[in-house]
Amino acid sequence: MKLKKKELIKTLKNFTINFGPQHPAAHGVLRLILELSGEIVEKADPHIGLLHRGTEKLIENKNFLQALPYFDRLDYVSMMAQEHTYSLAVEMLSDLKVPYRAQVIRVLFLELTRLLNHLLAIGCHAMDVGAMTPFLWAFDEREKLMEFYERVSGARMHAAYIRPGGLYSDLPIGFLDDLYLFIFQFNTRIDEIEEMLTSNRIWKERLVDIGVVSAKQAIEWGFSGVMLRGSGIPWDLRKSQPYECYSSVDFKIPVGNSGDCYDRYVIRIEEMRQSLNIIQQLLFQIKEGPVKSNSNKYVAPSRFEIKNSMESVIHHFKYFSEGYSIPEGETYTATEAPKGEFGVYLLSNGTEKPFRCKIKAPGFGHLQALGIMSVGHMVADVVTIIGTQDIVFGEIDR
Amino acid sequence: MTLQPSLKTAYIFPYLLSSVKKHETICVVLVKHIFFSIKCLKIHINYKFNLLSCISGVDFVHSSYRFAVVYDLISLPYNQRIRVKTFLKDSQILNSITPIFINSNWWEREIWDFFGIFFNKNLDLRRILTDYGFEGYPMRKDFPLSGYFELNYNSNKKRVVSELIELSQEHRFFNLESRI
Repeated sequence: MKLKKKELIKTLKNFTINFGPQHPAAHGVLRLILELSGEIVEKADPHIGLLHRGTEKLIENKNFLQALPYFDRLDYVSMMAQEHTYSLAVEMLSDLKVPYRAQVIRVLFLELTRLLNHLLAIGCHAMDVGAMTPFLWAFDEREKLMEFYERVSGARMHAAYIRPGGLYSDLPIGFLDDLYLFIFQFNTRIDEIEEMLTSNRIWKERLVDIGVVSAKQAIEWGFSGVMLRGSGIPWDLRKSQPYECYSSVDFKIPVGNSGDCYDRYVIRIEEMRQSLNIIQQLLFQIKEGPVKSNSNKYVAPSRFEIKNSMESVIHHFKYFSEGYSIPEGETYTATEAPKGEFGVYLLSNGTEKPFRCKIKAPGFGHLQALGIMSVGHMVADVVTIIGTQDIVFGEIDR
Repeated sequence: MTLQPSLKTAYIFPYLLSSVKKHETICVVLVKHIFFSIKCLKIHINYKFNLLSCISGVDFVHSSYRFAVVYDLISLPYNQRIRVKTFLKDSQILNSITPIFINSNWWEREIWDFFGIFFNKNLDLRRILTDYGFEGYPMRKDFPLSGYFELNYNSNKKRVVSELIELSQEHRFFNLESRI
């Protein structure tokens, strides 16, 4: 029997594996189709949408106030940053002015949220790479931070505390004293985590020169937040397009120079320190005053008013059942959420429901660059890159 | 976020309308000019809108131009934002901007998935956020909030089955006029 030459040539195909959706290092429900050559990743194709809950569609069917709690549930580790962006968008459309005390309290909580997020980012990242201890320490601190959430809103995570026109309520008595105590002990907690990781040989071997993104690539892929700063671009919306009272506080923007995972880790650590700095400055700046806008249309009446006038009772009922209408218009409001630029494109047609509410999640933009970031790395490094991108599926899948 | 003097000079791409409202620059462009306009905004020395923030779709059900596609761009050198809008009729095709901004791919996939707007020359236009095998375009205004199908586990068949949705109570919209 004679063999044809064509049959003798064997074609080699790359090994394709399915990473996730149920994988502890996939940070939720990421399904990755990895094309491997040996143990080197040739191509990575993320499949997302396994946590899609139709938030945008649901928001279109709720009134402006009822839409707010959905934002807590997007990125469920940086809750207030998102409800704040939405509140800013509504305030932008309805020309609401927020009193100074409310602005300061908002920024206090935004920075606490940043701590909350970065603790989880670093903790989980370390655990994915193999260090268990920082994770446990970070969660201990997160518990304290969530107690602050609980004290102001009653909820540990999904606070719905920052509302259009101000805040849900003023701070409880003694809150600022405890916050002051917290930030002083927190500095040593960061030191402890740093002692464990920053100069750790294994940590550095796993992170240095992994997932390198050049400044040009970072812009091309539309990165924001730590991912952009890690590549050496000093872009922070808190500085470049300041909102609330960020222009009155002094803080620095840490910037990386090699754009690898290690740089981004160091930036997150430094951002936590800067957040503490901001909180400390604001604790000296905060003044007595109202925490809600005085525009009665957009703000719920206080308990005192409800108990003293019938009109307020009616207003309270109408406010929470029917909601309020917002003038026609559109806005794209973006803020510096811990993960990057979180934007809300809000379109109002003059009714009490948002006509369209598009959510720009920073993670969505970052995850699509996972392909280029992980090419040429080992399978284990894909986990590191997912960790450094700080992926949370609530916001990506929406 | 005030407008740079360089931006105030006339745009060099064909636009229909442009407005600045509350420090937000918006310009409306014809569908056929969208590729050129965005390329112009990206590379022209006066604009340098080099970072694509996001692309959103909007469905205006009953108007003659049914869809709007909205591009939000950032100029890092000038610290500016601009919003480029374009309006499409039902089943009109739009040119993909993936050759200009690589990251527009997923945003275009999302709009294709949610609104069914087809992006010409996008080489990877798969659905992205909805389930495998999903039919219909869920963010269109005529798509019901509850959807058409529900999934549940069938213990006889020992697998998850998809069935037509059954609601014990009709979904109700409450507005200013509704009486309960």
